[in-house]
Amino acid sequence: MATQHSPLLAAENGDGQDPAVAGQAYFDQIIEDDSRVEPRDWMPDAYRKTLIRQISQHAHSEIIGMQPEGNWISRAPSLKRKAILMAKVQDEAGHGLYLYSAAETLGTPREVLNDQLLAGKARYSSIFNYPARSWADMGAIGWLVDGAAICNQVPLCRASYGPYARAMVRVCKEESFHQRQGFEILLELANGTPAQKQMAQEAINGMYAPALMMFGPPDSDSAHSSQSMAWNIKRFSNDELRQRFVGMIAEQVKVLGLTLPDDDIRFNKDTGKWEYGELDWQEFNEVLAGRGPCNAQRMERRREAHENGAWVREAAAAFAAKRAQKEQVA
Amino acid sequence: MSPVDTRPASAGPAAGHASASATRLTPGNALRPEDIAGQVAGGSVVVSQDVAGYALRLGDDALVLAQRLGWWVSRAPELEEDMALCNIALDLLGHARSFLTYAGGAWGKTEDDLAYFRDESQFRSVHLVEQPNGDFARTIARQLVVSTFQHLLYSQLIDSADATLAAISAKAVKEVKYHQDHSHQWVLRLGQGTEESRRRMLTGLELTWPYVAELFDDDELIGRLEGVAVRPSSLRVEFDRLIAEVLAEAGLEVPDVPRASGGGRSGEHSEYLGHLLAEMQVLARQHPGATW
Repeated sequence: MATQHSPLLAAENGDGQDPAVAGQAYFDQIIEDDSRVEPRDWMPDAYRKTLIRQISQHAHSEIIGMQPEGNWISRAPSLKRKAILMAKVQDEAGHGLYLYSAAETLGTPREVLNDQLLAGKARYSSIFNYPARSWADMGAIGWLVDGAAICNQVPLCRASYGPYARAMVRVCKEESFHQRQGFEILLELANGTPAQKQMAQEAINGMYAPALMMFGPPDSDSAHSSQSMAWNIKRFSNDELRQRFVGMIAEQVKVLGLTLPDDDIRFNKDTGKWEYGELDWQEFNEVLAGRGPCNAQRMERRREAHENGAWVREAAAAFAAKRAQKEQVA
Repeated sequence: MSPVDTRPASAGPAAGHASASATRLTPGNALRPEDIAGQVAGGSVVVSQDVAGYALRLGDDALVLAQRLGWWVSRAPELEEDMALCNIALDLLGHARSFLTYAGGAWGKTEDDLAYFRDESQFRSVHLVEQPNGDFARTIARQLVVSTFQHLLYSQLIDSADATLAAISAKAVKEVKYHQDHSHQWVLRLGQGTEESRRRMLTGLELTWPYVAELFDDDELIGRLEGVAVRPSSLRVEFDRLIAEVLAEAGLEVPDVPRASGGGRSGEHSEYLGHLLAEMQVLARQHPGATW
């Protein structure tokens, strides 16, 4: 894309420019044109670092996010729901793979990213540190958590880094299925027995605030936002996306015949924006700092799976090496 | 964002429409449980007690193994294996749903009635599928046996005189071919990988082998279903040949261990099934009569 400005070509043509200066100019032009940066293009180190952090954080979230839902695969209350849930968790593993691959194009291998996760140096979405205690949480996770993820991710389909943007196109298509199945679970429960309806309402009550916090801290406190917006990675601010999401779910919850646990939700006609009650950012920071309900459990599971699988990965590597050697001899 | 579809999943004819399922992995000619239920309910297909009993065996084998394999999701050695094992479990669950729906047609029961509201002694699965996952090698050993057996079985069952069993098998046979390839590839890697993987693979095979023979037991039901069911004993020679071939390539040997007595086809199970069912059935049984 836009290779006619290539600084490498310029250097080859012998115009004597410093490659870093030429690279920066080329990069700035791409951003100004709202075009795409590709893996071999020159890019500022900070841009690369920001992307690796964001993409790997997203990948880790998909992987850790398999756990709360995996918790209900064995107990799903009908075979059809079990099949849908398995397909969904499998999609999440797939999203993790695309995203790790996108991060690898920036020069960081999957093993390194995984080590960062296990060492507690990389983050994943805070929402997955909350427990999925009831079946209705499968509905609330799909509707609210995947719903919030979609609001966040649809604009990322236009992110300036090509491989990330393209991965997001595919991820978003599957996420919209996920959100729909979550809503369908809740709708079935809401129209079911009183106990089922109560289960659905409790799940929404529990998941609502954490889902809103998925958009990140308020714009006034967001550490990475303005630079990411300047780089065309982020297109809307945390608060803008959060307001948009609240507006969507405020309408959808009426179809369920259930309520959101926030009496302050209203559409402000003057500003044209949805308003909502104060969120407990203290709790958000606590969970982010590792003091949430399931942080330790999620990490233990990931570490255990990784350690228990070490001998399998070693065997696969040894087998591949032996086979390669054999082919060389032959 | 796409608009949310507000139709209840079970509302009228829409439920049987292709768009009602997010899990239709084989578009086009796939025979879905909903289609089978429709045929039985419409009277175009009648299920005899014997055919139902046979379908129940195949369905229970697939269901119990799917339940076991589902455990691996988020616990596999590599992300690709989370996906592969989950996909295999999902295929098996699909086969189970079709077989159980068909079996239920003889008794006015749904797939979920059969999966969630039968007790341990009413299950007709073999002991092999209810054995613990163990480590990855033990799971792969079990996969090698089951996928090889099921591929032989479904390859023949596509010629069954019973059109529904033939149709379910026609879909299943393509999928278990992949399961067979998956287990084959891993047996080679574990057998020839490292000392540790070879040792674990040998242990996995030894723990698995006492439960192999039961797969090939004939009985009276099979005798009454000539031309409809596949006689399990008839698959043994080819099974042994295929297994010997894979294990030889992996530098492993067929374990020499005595067979367990079995009894799964008449409802006598190992101690493991009760725990598996307790977990699988708990929520459905807490809300009898509810729909999900």
